[in-house]
Amino acid sequence: MNRNMVDLWVGFFVALGLAAVVFLSLKVANQSSFRSAPSYDVHAYFTNIGGLKIHSPVKSAGVVIGRVTDIQLDTNNYQAKVSMALDNRYRFSVDSSASIITSGLLGEQYIGIEVGADDTLLADGDNIEFTSSALLLEKLIGAFGLNQVSGDKEPVDE
Amino acid sequence: MKSIADYLTLLGHQVTERLVLLGAVFHFLFSIFFMSGTCLRRPWLVVREIYFVGVFSLLIITVAGLFVGLVLGLQMYDTLERFGSGDGVGMVVALALVRELGPVLSALLFSSRAGSAITAEIGLMKATEQLTALEMMAIQPLARVIAPRFWAGVISLPLLNVIFCAVGIFGGYLVTVKLLGVDAGTFWSQMQNAVDFRQDILNGIIKSVIFALAVSLIAVFEGYSSVPTAEGVSRATTRTVVLSALVVLALDFVLTAFMFRGF
Repeated sequence: MNRNMVDLWVGFFVALGLAAVVFLSLKVANQSSFRSAPSYDVHAYFTNIGGLKIHSPVKSAGVVIGRVTDIQLDTNNYQAKVSMALDNRYRFSVDSSASIITSGLLGEQYIGIEVGADDTLLADGDNIEFTSSALLLEKLIGAFGLNQVSGDKEPVDE
Repeated sequence: MKSIADYLTLLGHQVTERLVLLGAVFHFLFSIFFMSGTCLRRPWLVVREIYFVGVFSLLIITVAGLFVGLVLGLQMYDTLERFGSGDGVGMVVALALVRELGPVLSALLFSSRAGSAITAEIGLMKATEQLTALEMMAIQPLARVIAPRFWAGVISLPLLNVIFCAVGIFGGYLVTVKLLGVDAGTFWSQMQNAVDFRQDILNGIIKSVIFALAVSLIAVFEGYSSVPTAEGVSRATTRTVVLSALVVLALDFVLTAFMFRGF
């Protein structure tokens, strides 16, 4: 058995494997987990976070500017405390508001940030004061159904 | 008339027998680890085995990967299109391949293509007393014969897995973009949106490494502990394939439960 021949084939095999890894990591996966841009943490309290999860995006004007890093229930006020890491390049005023928005009817949920007018900017560890919670489809349907029943004066079967 | 004690004895015997076997397998694994110094000093031993185990499996792995990708693309597109989300086919193909099908199918193919060959080779070496001859020459068969084959399997299978995934995704691309007319940009961007490097690809590779350890260990253990006759070697070879398949499927469930639970 020719040793060079074997070396050549094994080299080819390993190179092919490495090429496949490069293909999978560059072409198939998103690079978000590679890039750890310098970021600062802010917190926000919500009465209901709906289907928000850790790693959910934080967007402003539709642009992803950060990720949700932690979700906890604060037992002081029984609200959900959501921590998020925002990209250092983007700064927001302290009176900005955060709301939980669903993309599409049944899509994933993300935090949308509307910028305020104050001159002071949010710093690391600050709280976002103005928040609005997730719109729960179930509650909406329930309220709609209730409206239908109470608003409907005529008997159903006639 | 058997008493309850007899049945209990039977049960206990069955359990201890299996425990002893399991202990023997792990003792064998640690012996391989201790004997692996030779592989580091003479890497050519491992390279040669990678040639037999990995390079010769390339053909079946790429062909299988391509066809799995093609079929997956066709089936998923057909199903997703009923919900009007045929564009998401790239995402489904990539996730299915990287998370499950790649590691599991490549491990199953590897065990039947290469694991059986390793068992048969070692079993035949034992039957023809080559292993004993090596011991007579003061060469440890564990270091010279078993460990290189074990490590070759452990190195080859993860590489084969990523090749399988890449070829499969390419197959999915061929059938959905070129044949069914899904937009190429949508195909890739949907995929990139959903597939995370650490969460999906790295976990798939970790799975594959664990399968590689299991399949290679089973292959060398069955060969080394086979009954040194023609019948014994054939039985050991069969057992390697069956046992590898069962262990891979069971491990896959456990690993999936740990890796992808509740995200």
